[in-house]
Amino acid sequence: MAPVPQTAKSDANVIVGVDVGGTFTDLLLLDSRPNGGVRVVKTPSTLENQAFGVLNALEETNVDISAIDAIIHGTTTTTNAVLERRLAVTGMITTRGFRDIIEVGRRTRPQAYGMYGEFQPLIPRNLRLEVRERLDAAGNIVIPLEEDDVRAAARKLLDAGCESVVVHFLHAYANPDHERRAVAILRDIWPNEYITAGHELLSEYREYERGVTAAVNASVRPILHRYLDRLQNELKGRGFRRDFLVMNGNGGMVSAPLVDRESAKTVMSGPASGVMAAAYTAKRGGFNNLITYDMGGTSTDVALVLNAIPAVSNELELEYAMPIHVPMVDVRSIGSGGGSIAYVNDAGLLKVGPRSAGAEPGPICYGRGGVEPTITDANLILGRLNPDGLLSAENAPPLDKIRALLDQRIGSPLGLNSEQAAGAIIRVANDRMAGAVRLVSLAKGHDPRDFTLFAFGGAGPLHAVALARELGIPRVLVPARPGITNALGCVVADLRHDFVRTVNQPLDQVDMDAVHDTLNEQVAEGQRLIQDETIDTEGLRILHGADMQFIGQTHLINVSLTSAETTREELQNIFETAYFERFQVDLPEIRANLVNLKTSVIGRRPEVDLGLLVDPANRSRNVEDARIATRPVWFDGEWHDTTIYSRDLLPIGKSFEGPAIIEQMDTTVVVEPDNKVDSDTDGNLLIHVKAAS
Amino acid sequence: MNELDPITLGVIQAGLQQVCDEMDLTFSRSAFSPVIAEADDRSDGIYDGETGALIAQGEGGLPVFVGTMQFSTMTLIDFIREGKALPPEEGDIYIVNDPYLGGTHLMDVRFAMPFFHDGELFSWLSNTGHWPDIGGAVPGGFSANATAVEQEGLRLPPVKLVKRGQMDPEIYAIICSNIRIADQRIGDIKAQIAALNVGARQLTKLLDRYGVKTVKAAIGEWRQRAARQMRAKIAKIPTGTYRSEAWVDSDGVIDEPLKIALAIEKKGDDLYFDFAGSSPPCRGPMNSVIATTYSSVYLAIKHIFPDVPINAGTFEPLHIKEPEGTFLYAKYPRPVSGCAAEVSQRIAEAVFAALVGPLPDIVTAAPAGSSGNFALGGFDPEKNRPYVMYQLSGGGYGGNIRQDGLTNGCSTIGISKTQPIEVLEQIYPILFEEYALREGSGGAGERRGGFGINYKVKLQRGEAQASFVMDHGRVGPQGARGGHDGAVNTVTVYRNGDAYVPKHLSKDQDIPIGVGDVVAVGTPGGGGYGDPLARAPERVLTDVRLEYYSIEQARDLFRVEILHNLSGVDEPATKTLRKAGNAQTAR
Repeated sequence: MAPVPQTAKSDANVIVGVDVGGTFTDLLLLDSRPNGGVRVVKTPSTLENQAFGVLNALEETNVDISAIDAIIHGTTTTTNAVLERRLAVTGMITTRGFRDIIEVGRRTRPQAYGMYGEFQPLIPRNLRLEVRERLDAAGNIVIPLEEDDVRAAARKLLDAGCESVVVHFLHAYANPDHERRAVAILRDIWPNEYITAGHELLSEYREYERGVTAAVNASVRPILHRYLDRLQNELKGRGFRRDFLVMNGNGGMVSAPLVDRESAKTVMSGPASGVMAAAYTAKRGGFNNLITYDMGGTSTDVALVLNAIPAVSNELELEYAMPIHVPMVDVRSIGSGGGSIAYVNDAGLLKVGPRSAGAEPGPICYGRGGVEPTITDANLILGRLNPDGLLSAENAPPLDKIRALLDQRIGSPLGLNSEQAAGAIIRVANDRMAGAVRLVSLAKGHDPRDFTLFAFGGAGPLHAVALARELGIPRVLVPARPGITNALGCVVADLRHDFVRTVNQPLDQVDMDAVHDTLNEQVAEGQRLIQDETIDTEGLRILHGADMQFIGQTHLINVSLTSAETTREELQNIFETAYFERFQVDLPEIRANLVNLKTSVIGRRPEVDLGLLVDPANRSRNVEDARIATRPVWFDGEWHDTTIYSRDLLPIGKSFEGPAIIEQMDTTVVVEPDNKVDSDTDGNLLIHVKAAS
Repeated sequence: MNELDPITLGVIQAGLQQVCDEMDLTFSRSAFSPVIAEADDRSDGIYDGETGALIAQGEGGLPVFVGTMQFSTMTLIDFIREGKALPPEEGDIYIVNDPYLGGTHLMDVRFAMPFFHDGELFSWLSNTGHWPDIGGAVPGGFSANATAVEQEGLRLPPVKLVKRGQMDPEIYAIICSNIRIADQRIGDIKAQIAALNVGARQLTKLLDRYGVKTVKAAIGEWRQRAARQMRAKIAKIPTGTYRSEAWVDSDGVIDEPLKIALAIEKKGDDLYFDFAGSSPPCRGPMNSVIATTYSSVYLAIKHIFPDVPINAGTFEPLHIKEPEGTFLYAKYPRPVSGCAAEVSQRIAEAVFAALVGPLPDIVTAAPAGSSGNFALGGFDPEKNRPYVMYQLSGGGYGGNIRQDGLTNGCSTIGISKTQPIEVLEQIYPILFEEYALREGSGGAGERRGGFGINYKVKLQRGEAQASFVMDHGRVGPQGARGGHDGAVNTVTVYRNGDAYVPKHLSKDQDIPIGVGDVVAVGTPGGGGYGDPLARAPERVLTDVRLEYYSIEQARDLFRVEILHNLSGVDEPATKTLRKAGNAQTAR
């Protein structure tokens, strides 16, 4: 690899990460100038136009906007647009005979049982037009592109009011000439830049997944573009004139002008930046293998980090039949959050979630008319949450009412008192979350004892220790500011570009020179894109990978390569090893197949001193002085007198023992009896968990 | 709290479920046959050590296996007791595919592993995988005109394929000598074994943690609760007897429809199923073995009450009278290859049709209900190799009280995805000319059926034989509560430009085709739900704008007059049409 020139411009700067979530817009400002420091802002999100929330948050920092060097933005604009189908009017031009590919899908139903299902394609049928052209699987032309068909289709789509257009041809991954030519024709006719070709985002076979990915891109592109434009204009008007970047679902950032063409990549960027922050934070503390655990009000996101690198998948589905096959941090979501409702089912069993009380009426304790017990209510009754410290409750929570409803709906049917009922809710909820963690990560053959559970989100640190105990994970790490982890992800993320190219040949027949060329071309393309950026980077990091299988299989195993100059033998060896680790199966009888070659080019950003996140002022000298109260807390079937600490007062670098509750503005940390807690200079709490018997 | 508090019970149940889910995942992810890897035509479960009763089964398993594996395990236990199979030892795995011993068809091969904990037999771990070939007259095993099971392939009684952890090379050799493309089977066999080993490892962990006594108590308790939960569901059905009919096009040999007659009596909190009046055993392969008949009833009920978990207790309130003397209780040597894929879905359709009356809020009109199996076997001169391709396809689902039916949903008994066109064209010498939504195929109704698909496949090189095992070619999936039937399945083969339609409409075997010949298939649409005249004209307008129906169909089926430029509904004309009376009925 050629040495890469460094483009660092200055050491001292002001970086802002701002993440728009469903409830709050979180902002983190890091000022590394002398007398700089940190600002943290949490303001309500303005979902109709997220820009207001972003500007409000910036205003609250009281920092001169013209002094900011970079703003990195995580936005849910595209995710929400797809989920709510608030999309730009989009047309598709496709191979004759195949306009229904993105509607008929791959013959599925949303659930294994129940003959129900509904699916609304992103582009309605009357806006999907066919043209004469056809390639075969090798990329040979079977029917030449009829250029006049493209022109006619374009005019028809424009007449129908389309703003954005997709060109999606069969086998374009094998030969993109027809798609390119169609795009060139469109450029003369289409009044704007919103033209997406299927092969550009994803050069992999599978016409449905590639078509949907392209359709997502095309239909969110004008929306993201307008939003970013408006926000940047507002910022400019307020004096901002430096770099504005946007987070992608792969956990990297790209500058705003580049993000537009590949808008689909911004989907799911919020959860991805949380995982990036987790990997970054834990690595500084020396923990490289993590399970990240982000529990919020309605859902829980988990992800796996190996060797400080978040696992990335390019086979995620945003919802039923909505695959977005671009590389994204492999975050799995389940419907367990603080607002998840507990109930006793027909069989007399306690179930928790996935139905949620949401924000309205919310848990009983919000006092907005909720009558169904939730996880949050249970935590309150068990003394884990401070009744006076609830962010979302307007008045003091009606504890008697919660107890009565717990008795009535959970306790009586199960023969439990209200504490036991609350304890049972927590146990069942934890069990469900543990199952999800196991299946998506540990079931892949990893030993939980090698991992640290990284807990964040409003409710993550409440449940993390119990979850770790259940899973056999020995440590829990709670960062200094668990509630703004996504915003921190924006600040610490690197620039990142991912490339995938399909090979799909038996390994023993692959032209290894072509493999090296492909990987090197991917590196060169990434370097070019990153060098065009103006934000500071400190050199490049290149990751090569491959998707492999045994000949005859359809599922893929993802392996990492040591360099672009990899050998046939290395590919064979790492594949066989990975396969054995996953399935405990050797298959000397069968040859390997090389399916995809992948490269990620990462422009590394300067290290951020997370110690800045810890406010040294007001810290008490010893742990005892950080105690703010004592109250009974229910652990393992009985009440324990438990010390309550203030996180902001806890001294840095000191240890203490559980049971304890640690309260801070954006979360509550539960430490069980027999746990030991260390704190480090970045302000992290490291909880040593007593393993389950 | 005592040992069996409801919470521990729930945790153990979730734990057992997870053991099965992990077995399912391992099996699919490491399998070679696309039928297993992509189509998930497999299932894994845990069965009682002494009785074989179902303890837990993977939620991602093929629905048609929900019942059969329990019967298969029970039969194996009987065989061991009677000395017809060797007694189990630690590390053994039995293999069996005999349809009459608690199976489906020969291609569904069951593996059963005795699971020991502290030296005692605790349970059986078992799985079923659909092998892409098991020998017999035609590649893939779906011989549309077989008249005896011997023509359908290799039949294995329960024998130990793995003995104390070592694969028996002799039995393996017998298998390999009797099936096509045997060189890849070792991959699937190892995947099937790997899944059982993963299950054993996880189940050991669970037992170590909670103890045998507690887990056994939980299993017993859980079984009772599942039965109770099912009875609570059944209680919502008004007492009475509900009748229905469903039709299989033909058996593939004699061109006459086969009738399924079903009476479901609801008495107390139980359901009694009686298939009396159904057609007698048939000559061709559309017979159903008893385990498959039972399983089809179970899976239909599970589709209706999806939140009841699966274990032996779930099915206790369901009483099925043995349908002696009908094609739903096939005995040796009746051919049975069509039972798992097609007959099972007609049985489920009969259950839906009987219960949509008393449960109109839950049950849907009939779904397409065919696996749409199109097999193409031939020789590719360019790659110099023989091949067997399967194209499975979906169809429309039935309309229901909440929504229109889903378009191109997968079969009632399956949960699989189809293979991408771009993958099929890479592997086989074919070119698709079309793969599209089948316009007009959804049965009209207040909530219309979902649409089937049309596809056309052209042979590019060499010669090949096309075979079809499909259904609903004669009558479409049933509409409900005044809704029309969905469109029938169609098969047309264009040879040298001449159209050939199979005599049995949806079934045929070994039709020779050459370069440039085209196979065209239209899959069934779902049945409509409710009177089409009650469908809001605006919805009909949308359907016409999306080209789901033509203006003429809107007029004929829904009695809605759409303006010719699609700008809206001609309301006076629609009023007149709708007043004039009933829409044209499809049947």
